Amino acid sequence: MSDIYMDNNATTMVDPAVVEEMMPFFSEQFGNPSSLHSFGNKVGMALKKARKQVQRLIGAEFDSEIIFTSCGSESDSTAILSALRAQPERREIITTVVEHPAVLNLCEYLETEGYTVHYLKVDNKGRLDLDEYKKLLSDKVAVVSIMWANNESGTIFPVEEMAELAHNKGIMFHTDAVQAVGKIPIDLENSYIHMLSMSGHKLHAPKGVGVLYLKRGTRFRPLLRGGHQERGRRAGTENVASIVGLGKACEMAGSHIEFENTHVKAMRDRLQEGILAAVPNCFATGDVENRLPNTASIAFEFIEGEAILLLMNKVGIAASSGSACTSGSLEPSHVMMAMGIPYTAAHGTVRFSLSRYNTMEEVERVIAEVPGIVAKLRKLSPYWGENGPIENPESAFAPVYA
Amino acid sequence: MWDYSEKVKEHFFDPKNAGAVADANAVGDVGSINCGDALRLTLKVNPETEIIEDAGFQTFGCGSAIASSSALTEIIKGKTLDEALLVTNQDIADYLDGLPPEKMHCSVMGREALQAAVADYRGEEWKDDHEEGALICKCFAIDEIMVEETIRANNLHTVEEVTNYTKAGGGCSSCHEAIEGVLTRVLAEKGESFMAPAIGGAPVAAPVVAAKPKPAAKASGNLKRIRIIEMVLESIRPNLQADNGDVELVDVDGKNIYVHLTGACNGCQMAAMTLGGIQQRLIEELGEFVKVLPDTEMPVAMEGA
Repeated sequence: MSDIYMDNNATTMVDPAVVEEMMPFFSEQFGNPSSLHSFGNKVGMALKKARKQVQRLIGAEFDSEIIFTSCGSESDSTAILSALRAQPERREIITTVVEHPAVLNLCEYLETEGYTVHYLKVDNKGRLDLDEYKKLLSDKVAVVSIMWANNESGTIFPVEEMAELAHNKGIMFHTDAVQAVGKIPIDLENSYIHMLSMSGHKLHAPKGVGVLYLKRGTRFRPLLRGGHQERGRRAGTENVASIVGLGKACEMAGSHIEFENTHVKAMRDRLQEGILAAVPNCFATGDVENRLPNTASIAFEFIEGEAILLLMNKVGIAASSGSACTSGSLEPSHVMMAMGIPYTAAHGTVRFSLSRYNTMEEVERVIAEVPGIVAKLRKLSPYWGENGPIENPESAFAPVYA
Repeated sequence: MWDYSEKVKEHFFDPKNAGAVADANAVGDVGSINCGDALRLTLKVNPETEIIEDAGFQTFGCGSAIASSSALTEIIKGKTLDEALLVTNQDIADYLDGLPPEKMHCSVMGREALQAAVADYRGEEWKDDHEEGALICKCFAIDEIMVEETIRANNLHTVEEVTNYTKAGGGCSSCHEAIEGVLTRVLAEKGESFMAPAIGGAPVAAPVVAAKPKPAAKASGNLKRIRIIEMVLESIRPNLQADNGDVELVDVDGKNIYVHLTGACNGCQMAAMTLGGIQQRLIEELGEFVKVLPDTEMPVAMEGA
């Protein structure tokens, strides 16, 4: 039996059709797209095609609104730093407590540079309070940066509405959409989103390529200056093979959007329902009514995520966890903590993220394996008795913490 | 994924002594705030001999926490309480053929559970005596609280000093930004500000610079200085000799003190750290800033210089 990959929010398999499209650009199509001769010209045409393919997937009005970058993190940094440099008189940023580290760590750094960052909180389902948001919109704010969908819980934020609110107050709006693009329909032409980040490897393109969408007319200051690549907005010779791959992947994602929201969603729903029915003391986290079609985040109480992952890995199932121990950080997932999930459950969250390459048979195999793994670890847990959690677990086992 | 040893995997996938000992007479409950892991250790101690006849663990935690718990129970079974108390967290890590630096606190938790259980048996109250913070230096597994407390206790001002006192930052140097951050914060508490050196990095083999004219030697006090320097070096030599190395004084040129490292110290990757340690001792003993350099960096006297 082959291994089961359910960690597609971390990264995805490069589609074989994407690989095939890329191959010539490692060998005969080696030209520099900036060159005038025919070697370069063909490569330049390939970039143009890829740009169109990306444009179509995210519904951009012009293909010149697509700037190829090296990754989602570069796009995020470029967008936020550009907004600050273009508007030096504005010293505030609005974001959320559940952003990806690509945004959060940058914002924390910017605080040391004297910027004020407002972090919007979330409720126990991971939802934002739009009234809190509206109150923060002022002419001191340089940029709002809100993720489209959360990587851990899959919860979708109302970024289109939030962008319009920002735009009406004259504030730039950026969204980190690396998890959303390719999974849910996006129509940027008819939105007030000024900047959007996406990443190739989240949608079956290779790692090392990303996109910053920049709405025409939005004031911009490049992160990398130098050559005239990307119309002078991102210098550096293009990562041609990967860009071509990204274009193909976008085309394929576009034609699978419906599949994603029917078949993949059905597999995800079956997985969650099957696990919740078979395992006591576990629950789905996030806004389950309003989340990515491929993501299920399940918190298993009284056990720890890394231990779960290691046992799942042993039987050939790949997923990820919000446990502190999987990252080497001090706290369990900041996303789970922000939703007020208790320690003993936040440590035991497992994220299953599917793709169009998963099958219903795989889903059933996971449902069959997980209960035994959870039971084995609970047997070791000081919070767990013979047949269930000990009474008043938090007070019956209250260790001295160091 | 973590780079766990086969031994860690073995104790995780097939833990020994899992579950509570039925007729236990000693219980230790501890947790590590570092990652939220927690451990209950139960022991059956023979009241006559104080020998640990049985040990069991229940652990809420990651793979290495479970493996460390399992290893701990295997190590202490059959030992007397006093013998068991000599087990260090390093012993637990060694038993498992090592743990990743981020996971060393799992072995610390094991040792603490043992201390807590022994205290419980003896009717004493056990208090934890250390705190853990976020890991700063991955090369030497030094956490933020350790760095912070060392800065406070020794009035440190530079990354170099932090490295000399704690080893943090002495390896790959990637954590220097984080160390600067802690310095900035701690110094700000005292109303001081952190002054960074202009660049920080320097080539390993410092370029040979033309010798500058030596400052006129000050007769007064210089002899006393050299005696102190020699005294400090003498006190350090036994440690180095234990590692088959040695150090000797070559020259004193104003603030620069040149020494010759020999034996195992010569060319050792830790040489820079050894020099740093010597420098720190000398600064303390002399009460002035000096720089300790290997004799290979002595300025070459140029013709006519």
